[in-house]
Amino acid sequence: MAVLAGGLSHEREVSLRSGRRLAGSLRAAGLEVREWDADATLIARLRSERPDAAIVALHGGEGENGAIQAVLELLGVPYVGTTSTACRRAWDKPTAKAELARAGLHTPDWVALPHTTFRELGAQAVLDAMVDRLGLPLMLKPDQGGSALGAQVVRAAADLPAAMVSCLAYADTVLAERFVRGTEVAVSVVHDGAEPRALPPIEVEAPGGVYDYTARYTPGATTFHSPVRLSADTVALLERTALEAHALLGLRDVSRMDAVVDDEGRVQILEVNVSPGLTDTSLLPMAVTAEGSDLGAVFAALVERSVSRETLSAPR
Amino acid sequence: MTIPPSPHRPDDVERIAAAAVAPTERFAARTSGMVASEIRALFAVASRPEVVSLAGGMPNLAALPLDSLAAEIGDLVAREGQVALQYGSAQGVPALREQICDVMAEEGIQADPNDVVVTVGSQMALDLVTRLFCDPGDVVLAEGPSYVGALGSFAAYQAQVVHVAMDADGLVPELLEEALRSLAAQGITPKFLYTIPNFHNPAGVTMAVARRQRVLELCAEFGVGVVEDNPYGLLGFSGVRYPALRSLDRSVIYLGSFSKTFASGLRVGWAVVPPAVRDRLVLAAESATLCPPSFTQMVVSRYLEKQDWRAQVKTFTEQYRERRDAMLAALETYLPAGCTWTVPDGGFYVWLTLPEGVDAKAMLPRAVTARVAYASGTGFYADGYGSRQLRLSYCYPTPERITEGVRRLAGVIETELEVRRTFGLPASSAELRRGSHTPSPDTA
Repeated sequence: MAVLAGGLSHEREVSLRSGRRLAGSLRAAGLEVREWDADATLIARLRSERPDAAIVALHGGEGENGAIQAVLELLGVPYVGTTSTACRRAWDKPTAKAELARAGLHTPDWVALPHTTFRELGAQAVLDAMVDRLGLPLMLKPDQGGSALGAQVVRAAADLPAAMVSCLAYADTVLAERFVRGTEVAVSVVHDGAEPRALPPIEVEAPGGVYDYTARYTPGATTFHSPVRLSADTVALLERTALEAHALLGLRDVSRMDAVVDDEGRVQILEVNVSPGLTDTSLLPMAVTAEGSDLGAVFAALVERSVSRETLSAPR
Repeated sequence: MTIPPSPHRPDDVERIAAAAVAPTERFAARTSGMVASEIRALFAVASRPEVVSLAGGMPNLAALPLDSLAAEIGDLVAREGQVALQYGSAQGVPALREQICDVMAEEGIQADPNDVVVTVGSQMALDLVTRLFCDPGDVVLAEGPSYVGALGSFAAYQAQVVHVAMDADGLVPELLEEALRSLAAQGITPKFLYTIPNFHNPAGVTMAVARRQRVLELCAEFGVGVVEDNPYGLLGFSGVRYPALRSLDRSVIYLGSFSKTFASGLRVGWAVVPPAVRDRLVLAAESATLCPPSFTQMVVSRYLEKQDWRAQVKTFTEQYRERRDAMLAALETYLPAGCTWTVPDGGFYVWLTLPEGVDAKAMLPRAVTARVAYASGTGFYADGYGSRQLRLSYCYPTPERITEGVRRLAGVIETELEVRRTFGLPASSAELRRGSHTPSPDTA
């Protein structure tokens, strides 16, 4: 079993933590595990050591945009996670949001624009239009990547230019989203049996209401609630929505939906992650524990599925 | 005696433990600043070989004579292993303390081996000195910017840092006096001035000789101690030996290190303290580590005894000078208008000031994407200043990598300026100073 973690994205640190946690859980479940970085030695290792399967615990960049998955497909290495084609679609936040909205799911109103548009059309005019349409506060995010890196809440129009500059340090395109008030919840989906299933939702109560990088990765900084402090109907709706988004975006094996239940009880999807964090403070492992399951056992089942999938599809 | 049956099945134990108070809720209040940060996360990428890291301060050990060192260390274990692998004195190996005095004599310091306390790197000495002198809320003076490890120690003991600005000639005595007077007016006497007079980390500047006496006089006048941190003193490029503050005033607490002149991995540093402080410092050291490692102290002692360590320091210095030259040349060649930087005469670092309005920390993700890393300036201040500044280190990468790193950095700054212009944010003013002639490290 090869756990791929690290890489060169801004989320390398998070990925290494995910990899460590996952590898530890798999070893405890009795599997033989190697932890490999996604670097110039990876392909040679995959060829020479021929792991039974790979698990992509890479976050951001190559790990989520389908590149590493495409390489694994080229080499015929079975792997846990979403296919390269579906990754490419789901990884790009504006594309994924458009698909979710088209299918009638709720996602906060948004606009995604590259730096060049602001430069060529005049930034102030574009920012004014953005605020007119989406209101304030606004959520700014890089169009790709996770762990809330570069994400920020902008409460005053005067702060927008500086916030745009720091967001554009992470990516060339900024996703501006209407800020939705409500209860922040994450629902993980795993497909370790006959059908994909939703794990118990985890409610996130971040300090100051912003679940940023520090709140995510400092143990004890954020309060998590499971069971969530929501009605049984809302929980059912959350689980249904997570499963629907998982299917709609063509995700495989595992995913995590981040959402806000707004004041009217609607599930507003913030994003759907193709490679959910697996660190000690991450939401998917928390959901596995909340269910009374074991992370190693869940991923061991996913590994088994990936191996049998490859065997079935292999040319004879 | 019978043990009453447990009310829980064994597999319940873990769940019960999880439901009890989380260990994170028992953290001491003084650790509240120890949180995950985006910036530290980005540094995980900087360690990959694809990235030219101008961020770290790793000494270049390539020039060390490893074969002869290996033989010496083997011989040490064979002949003196019973001592080298045993507990030792809390104050440090006596022979090494004598040799440390010889090393310090190179910078004009006359010290008694009995006043030397060997520590696990000078970082430990800094930690112990802060522990000895600072209660929560006490004020410490430090140059602005200052060494990030010192700021960490001060924060750990909940001391307040008041920065005093520098210019091309180091700490400015007039500003020190102003700070001392202003604090005195509030009834505050700082516990000590923490200063790095030679080849400052991160500012790259050196305190002018003429200023040294004045700084000492001011501190004496206001009843403020002086802690002199001098890890780079022997690594000067122009051959000038600056007199250590301790050589001018025996009440100065002096911190020294073998990390830059020999091997950082051995973690051998020291403090020289007045006799009145020594006993309490030794007790504090004892409670921290019982004793510094005998083995690494004896390795250093052998090295100083058997190898031409002065020649080795010269070799290191020549390497660093070549790298400093490569960095300065690349900065001249590539950096856009509006950037200014210091010209170090020794040590490891250049302190760069970006065009007005550019935030070094906010720009770091762009730099990491371009495969170059630096240390952004705010980390070197306790009070949030330094957003326009960054530290570049030339100690570890080769001259070719330094040139490439600076070329990448220049592209990153150009793009940042372009994005800022797009959003109508003030870039640098037009008459833009550029180059090394405006070296003030603190323009914040």
